[in-house]
Amino acid sequence: MARPFVPKIITANDLLEGDVIYLTAEGRWSRTYEDAVVATTQEEADDLLRKAEAQPDRIVGAYFVDTAVDEDGTPKPDHFREVFRATGPSNYFLGKQADA
Amino acid sequence: MYTYNEFDEAFVRSRVAQFRGQVEKRLDGSLTEDEFRPLRLMNGLYLQLHAYMLRVAIPYGTLDSRKMRQLAHIAETWDRGYGHFTTRQNIQYNWPKLKDVPDMLDALADVGMHAIQTSGNCIRNVTSDHFAAAAADEIEDPRPTAELMRQWSTDHPEFQFLPRKFKIAITGAPNDRAVVKSHDIGIRMVRGDNGEVGYEISVGGGLGRSPFVGKVIREFLPKADLLPYLESIMQVYNLSGRRDNKYKARIKILVHETGLDEIRAEVEELFPQIREEFTHPSDELLAAIEPHFAPPAFVEKPLGDYEAALAADPLLRSFVETNVVAHKHPSYAIVTISLKPVGGTPGDATAEQMRVMADIAERYSHDELRISHEQNVILPHVAKADLPAVHAALRDAGLGTANVGLISDIIACPGMDYCALATARSIPIAQEISTRFNELKLEHEIGQMKIKISGCINACGHHHVGHIGILGLDRAGVENYQITLGGDGAETMTLGERAGPGFSAEELVPALERLIDAYLKVRRDRQESFLEAYRRLGVAPFKAALYPDQAKDAA
Amino acid sequence: MSAGTDLGIVVRDGRFAPAADEAFVAIESAEEAAGIGNRAIEVANAIAAEALGPHLASIPAIAIRFPAFNDGRGFSLARQLRRLGYKGTLRARGHVLADQYPMALRCGFDEVEITEAQAARQPENQWVDAYQRIRHNYQDRLKYGAA
Repeated sequence: MARPFVPKIITANDLLEGDVIYLTAEGRWSRTYEDAVVATTQEEADDLLRKAEAQPDRIVGAYFVDTAVDEDGTPKPDHFREVFRATGPSNYFLGKQADA
Repeated sequence: MYTYNEFDEAFVRSRVAQFRGQVEKRLDGSLTEDEFRPLRLMNGLYLQLHAYMLRVAIPYGTLDSRKMRQLAHIAETWDRGYGHFTTRQNIQYNWPKLKDVPDMLDALADVGMHAIQTSGNCIRNVTSDHFAAAAADEIEDPRPTAELMRQWSTDHPEFQFLPRKFKIAITGAPNDRAVVKSHDIGIRMVRGDNGEVGYEISVGGGLGRSPFVGKVIREFLPKADLLPYLESIMQVYNLSGRRDNKYKARIKILVHETGLDEIRAEVEELFPQIREEFTHPSDELLAAIEPHFAPPAFVEKPLGDYEAALAADPLLRSFVETNVVAHKHPSYAIVTISLKPVGGTPGDATAEQMRVMADIAERYSHDELRISHEQNVILPHVAKADLPAVHAALRDAGLGTANVGLISDIIACPGMDYCALATARSIPIAQEISTRFNELKLEHEIGQMKIKISGCINACGHHHVGHIGILGLDRAGVENYQITLGGDGAETMTLGERAGPGFSAEELVPALERLIDAYLKVRRDRQESFLEAYRRLGVAPFKAALYPDQAKDAA
Repeated sequence: MSAGTDLGIVVRDGRFAPAADEAFVAIESAEEAAGIGNRAIEVANAIAAEALGPHLASIPAIAIRFPAFNDGRGFSLARQLRRLGYKGTLRARGHVLADQYPMALRCGFDEVEITEAQAARQPENQWVDAYQRIRHNYQDRLKYGAA
């Protein structure tokens, strides 16, 4: 039996600023993980990635990543790498945690 | 110190203008990201985990107060007020914006610095002994040769798109402080049969996924032949290095798979042909550079007050014991400023600290500073009489940590707090280790100890050559740390051995405590360092300490 | 055009020109070069320069393929051919960026041939700019004592 699909979100870095961004349901980019649109099938994920990659003047290095999802459907980072990307470095209070 | 002539200045300015144009081309779509990426990397600009990162070369780790102040200015103007000194004698800024980078590069050019070839598959910043021209054990100052190699490798048209990156290091002293045999080319200055100074050339060293100790390809190369010989090695590598697999593309793999003898034969066959292309032998070129590195005018100062201060001030005494070593001039000393405060981030300095170090260097170190591959800053020429004043000024700036060579003087790469390639964090591990052993007040009891931490297999933190090496990995979505033991980065370079299964972040420091405890129990006396005890006893007693449950099972 | 490739824009002295009907005969080995006579050839960047050595005098032009801009073997091959005394035209053919044009010239190439698609993305003015950057380099100073 095929393994169940793990929900995914699309993330990238902003071309000009370099910081971590997430593709939203409106096809725009947010700096907040929770704003990311969640793909529930591989087809959806592929489609979102195509949409992201069609914006090379705005973003760099788009990829999809497995995500956890709250009961109310809000995505939460799962792997520790994505937790750091969503918050910032652990040695200083810089990055997203400082902007929030 | 080497100062830019009109040519250097014009060259660097034109490169900044060129990069400014490349950024514009990227933004207007005439360069794709795939095409822009290697071009920005050739100018030191990475895209990391949270932001872009600009890596600035500090050639052979030498700088003066003017350069250091400009690094501080850049940190404040376009970054977040600090910089990170790396194991390759570079400084990294972690938060630049793409549109600001050409301005940052212009500011570097203002003081004769650049970020050229700090990344990409080209010849990288040439590194050297951070005690060069000051150390008592030195045959000759290696920096004129390093500067010649900087010029030769910069913008070399043939070697900008090598199979993989290429690192060269040189030492002028028999005690290797530059880990030269871990480099693609490692150079030791040696004396020939008639006492003349030349080079021993090694190739194929490297850490990373497949670590190798460099192998000697030429036992004695006359100074006159340096550049043609290096160019011959580079040409063999560029044509024959593997390009099918980036993990097998370094010259160490070519040397390993092809065999040293065959590579040597190819190099020696090309060498006379390439030498013909050079109208000037390299020793002539060196002679033009050497005056830039003339030793400072050392001054004799009476030592009476210094000796009195030393007797009266235990903090100064402790600082001198750990952070100060002998200079070739008897009334001078070499001071290492530790960038490893307890609980701090190894290698980081704030803009304010950079300015303090610049001021001290200007006043007390003949205006010279060095960056060490161990991520500390060196004041190479301090009169012993000035040591109390230097120590006081450093303490006031939070730079007086007396721990050089001790367990909290840890090398750590940026790890997953910053680096896009990392598989686990390094910095918090270093912070935890230094905090814990400071609490235990064991640091001086333990003595000489080099802990080196890498946050991925690429080994920027040199874990293979740490007396204790720590490698952070991702094991099924959890940070996991492997320990290697018995590594050595000196002239007796040895790769550490993996002790066994890795530890979680929580288990790691307690495991290290058991390991250190075992060392303190088994060592002959306080004179026997951890590395010496390990070499005498082998891995068994240390493994038993790391894995007590297995030891019990076996019993 | 030749060898079934779809290139078409030649850059010479910084200027674009459509590739003429140049017959570059693709050869895969030195043995093939032996029978080629007075014709231009196209080679992969992995071919051994010495193997071409005996035939170089009779070959008017050599195009070295650049399969990807980040494969720098062509630069060393060009240097080797020049060192062997090759006096004919050397062309870098394939994926070469405008920013690499000065490197190509400094390694001994005379010209570059790129696709029309790339020429559209990197128009002539970028190559003219790049062409200005061949002077003032460290290697000429160190090798030949040039100012």
